[in-house]
Amino acid sequence: MSEPVAVKLTAKDFKSDQEVRWCPGCGDYAILAAIQQFMPELNIPRERTVFVSGIGCSSRFPYYMNTYGMHSIHGRAPAIATGLSVSRPDLSVWVVTGDGDALSIGGNHLIHALRRNVNLKILLFNNRIYGLTKGQYSPTSEVGKVTKSTPAGSADAPFNPLSLALGAEASFVGRTIDSDRKHLQSVLRAAAEHEGSAFVEIYQNCNIFNDGAFDQLKDPSTRDDYLIRLEHGQPITFGADGRFCVVHPPGGFGLEVRDTSSVRPEEIVVHDATVTDPAYAFALSRLPGLDLRNTPIGVFRSVDRPSYDSVVQAQLAAAKAKVTETPEQQLAGLLGSGDTWTIL
Amino acid sequence: MTKQIRQLDRVVIRFAGDSGDGMQLTGDRFTSETAQLGNDISTLPNFPAEIRAPAGTLPGVSSFQVHFADYDILTPGDAPNVLVAMNPAALKANLADLPRGADIIVNTDEFTKRNLAKVGYQSSPLDDDSLAGYVVHPVALTSMTVGALAAHEVSKKDAERSKNMFALGLLSWMYSRPYESTLRFLERKFAARPELVAANVAAFKAGWNFGETTEDFGVRYEVKPAKMKPGTYRNITGNAALSLGLVAAGVRSGLPVFLGAYPITPASDILHELSKHKRFGVITVQAEDEIAAVGAALGASYGGSLGVTTTSGPGVALKSETISLAVALELPLVIVDVQRAGPSTGMPTKTEQADLNMALYGRHGEAPVAVIAPRSPSDCFFAALEAARIALTYRTPVILLSDNYVANGSEPWLLPDVESLPDLRVEFATKPNGEDGTTFLPYLRDPETLARPWAIPGTAGLEHRIGGLEKADKTGDISYDPANHDFMVRTRAARIETIPVPDIEVEDPDGDARVLVLGWGSTYGPIGAACRGVRQRGLSIAQAHLRHLAPMPANLGEVLRSYDKVVIPEMNLGQLAHVIRARYLVDAISYNQVRGLPFTAAELETTLEEVLKNV
Repeated sequence: MSEPVAVKLTAKDFKSDQEVRWCPGCGDYAILAAIQQFMPELNIPRERTVFVSGIGCSSRFPYYMNTYGMHSIHGRAPAIATGLSVSRPDLSVWVVTGDGDALSIGGNHLIHALRRNVNLKILLFNNRIYGLTKGQYSPTSEVGKVTKSTPAGSADAPFNPLSLALGAEASFVGRTIDSDRKHLQSVLRAAAEHEGSAFVEIYQNCNIFNDGAFDQLKDPSTRDDYLIRLEHGQPITFGADGRFCVVHPPGGFGLEVRDTSSVRPEEIVVHDATVTDPAYAFALSRLPGLDLRNTPIGVFRSVDRPSYDSVVQAQLAAAKAKVTETPEQQLAGLLGSGDTWTIL
Repeated sequence: MTKQIRQLDRVVIRFAGDSGDGMQLTGDRFTSETAQLGNDISTLPNFPAEIRAPAGTLPGVSSFQVHFADYDILTPGDAPNVLVAMNPAALKANLADLPRGADIIVNTDEFTKRNLAKVGYQSSPLDDDSLAGYVVHPVALTSMTVGALAAHEVSKKDAERSKNMFALGLLSWMYSRPYESTLRFLERKFAARPELVAANVAAFKAGWNFGETTEDFGVRYEVKPAKMKPGTYRNITGNAALSLGLVAAGVRSGLPVFLGAYPITPASDILHELSKHKRFGVITVQAEDEIAAVGAALGASYGGSLGVTTTSGPGVALKSETISLAVALELPLVIVDVQRAGPSTGMPTKTEQADLNMALYGRHGEAPVAVIAPRSPSDCFFAALEAARIALTYRTPVILLSDNYVANGSEPWLLPDVESLPDLRVEFATKPNGEDGTTFLPYLRDPETLARPWAIPGTAGLEHRIGGLEKADKTGDISYDPANHDFMVRTRAARIETIPVPDIEVEDPDGDARVLVLGWGSTYGPIGAACRGVRQRGLSIAQAHLRHLAPMPANLGEVLRSYDKVVIPEMNLGQLAHVIRARYLVDAISYNQVRGLPFTAAELETTLEEVLKNV
């Protein structure tokens, strides 16, 4: 028999035979198409790729990928994926989750996966609403939001998912938008290359229950003035002809947006995703206002830290390296360890 | 002075002191010495949940009871023949359990006015006649230990802390125990501090020599070795045996063992033990919570490991949703519940069997799982292997119901031959199973086991998606079809119900018993001892003990119906009795105690005799 020939995969190879059942017009379609198109780039065989999800609209995602996949229970995908990833370092494990799944019911698992730096690529589809349960406010909904469960307006202050991830010691944090396929794929590419947890927030439109939530970031008439496209090594400027920029005012704790014409060029912050101190990426995550002005997208942070998986596997390898016996001999030795006595 | 040596067939000793007095260690060492001698043994540690309750108070009393004999025994003993009381609280807390005539060794140094007042003694019981019915040995344990260590380079505090070794030395002398293993143990334990090895050894020898020279102890006792099956033995607790059983399951299946666990009393020792066995490829993850612990275990099972999670009742409650997911996914998963007294935090260091209902029924939807329970500390080893066998063969969650009594109690264990352990090898799916030769059907079942194929990620050509949504038979596609759901619910029930488990065996040496005692789990010892007592009085009684609670043995109904009366003693309010009545329409007599302690054989014996009178 000849060696199997590596066949270059295409987007079609990653489409499962299941009918996609999101609402027509849902932002999830764009994300799915972008990911299916992007996966062949990774040169990872389909059988070594696993998508694990929780519950919610976004969590139907694994059914539509022709890879291994598990649609699990609400909020628990990072925990289940942790067990899979740690025990199977040969796999590429992706978690698909939503704002309710990851930040409400599953908040604990998310932050612990991030602090451990489990080798997971976590994609959080943030539409700022509960879609599958038909329109309740979510932990990323704005204060005062009127929904089915908050007729007088939500009293809850929302999470900023990136600030939360950074506070949880995430080694990779990025943000992208469902409608910008090229950008989405660029962030996923960086996430896939990262060793350890990669957390990517994807702004996603729910056209049924929260339509237009991110319109300012998509409308050609506003998006350039609203979006900050982060590029590693480049000064952070945005708007028509770069008329706005990001500076670190002396004496201040964070970053601020200024008119580029009002500052000296050397005052403009040059984006560096590898800054060890998470305070920098955190400051970036705090730039957007309630109206979504000054929303950075791209890779906020990408730092090297040993993944949990690699540390666990190294401990196993070190322990196994000393073994000279068969497993059965080892077991017999273990059973008979400690104080024993023999009756003849 | 030559001491008289008296032969005994059995002795029960209880070491009791403050939580910080090292009573668990003392008991453990005495047990180990006793094991070396070849006696049969059963132990019962009993300690508070507080790590250091206020010193000298009743809630702070920690005790360790050891029963040893020259014949096979089944329980740690109902009543101590000897109480070692390190302070007034230990005396007061344990006195009621002592039969008249028992020996009491008290540490007189701790019988100060202040310590006596702490536990409500107006005057010292050593000075009045309140202990007249007992043989009291007043020993200045602390000061004699400190005196013996005068020449040692240790602090006064460290010297005082060695008093438990003085007590151990004294008891070891009294019962003619071989002490070499204790000396070796001390060398290991204090390897980093040689001065403490010397001090503890000196304290031990001082206690031994005190026994030999003082006139207060005129008699030395011997308990001859028990007649036990030939072979190599070790003394083992249930938690240790269970851990080794899981390691053995990994070796015998060839699969990596993955433990996801969150610390909880009384199960944490399994996490501690398994974390030491990385050379067997065992991975342990101390998860952020109980839910993540079972989730990670399930994720590992999905990837081809033997996924295990260990916990106690409150943890099982939290894991319930994930166990239901495992039922739907039809993946192997072992859930160990080391039961403790509930509800809620309850009495975390005390025993109970009240999670049976939860194990059998505590999930949403129709979510049947297999349930098994070990009967003794060493049986935890075999129960773990059996749980793994069922989980792997039938691709199902299995709940293993241990409890605090078997988990922390110990007994001699005849080491099994590794080759005699069950072969647990499994076959992963490697190629499409559809009729067309190219399709993979993740829910096409093995006609014999009803198990679906275990196709692990990494297997080319078998890419498929599973999840909690109802699946169509065979294809595993999402299905809302009414007939399919009905079929799948019934199939999942049948999957468990048809797992072949061994028939239940009945022990009825007289062969004419009309009353059957049915138990499950850790009550095996006390029930067995009670039945022996009943038979020694010339009465007939039969004993049967359930290991498999789901599914139940096929012959159980027939066995139950062949007796006039069935008595079911449980450390709950009748959970098994309920099941037996519902399933078999047998009017079982439920006998219950929920005191956080195992049954005493004497209580059960009385109960059984009452039943026998009315047959």
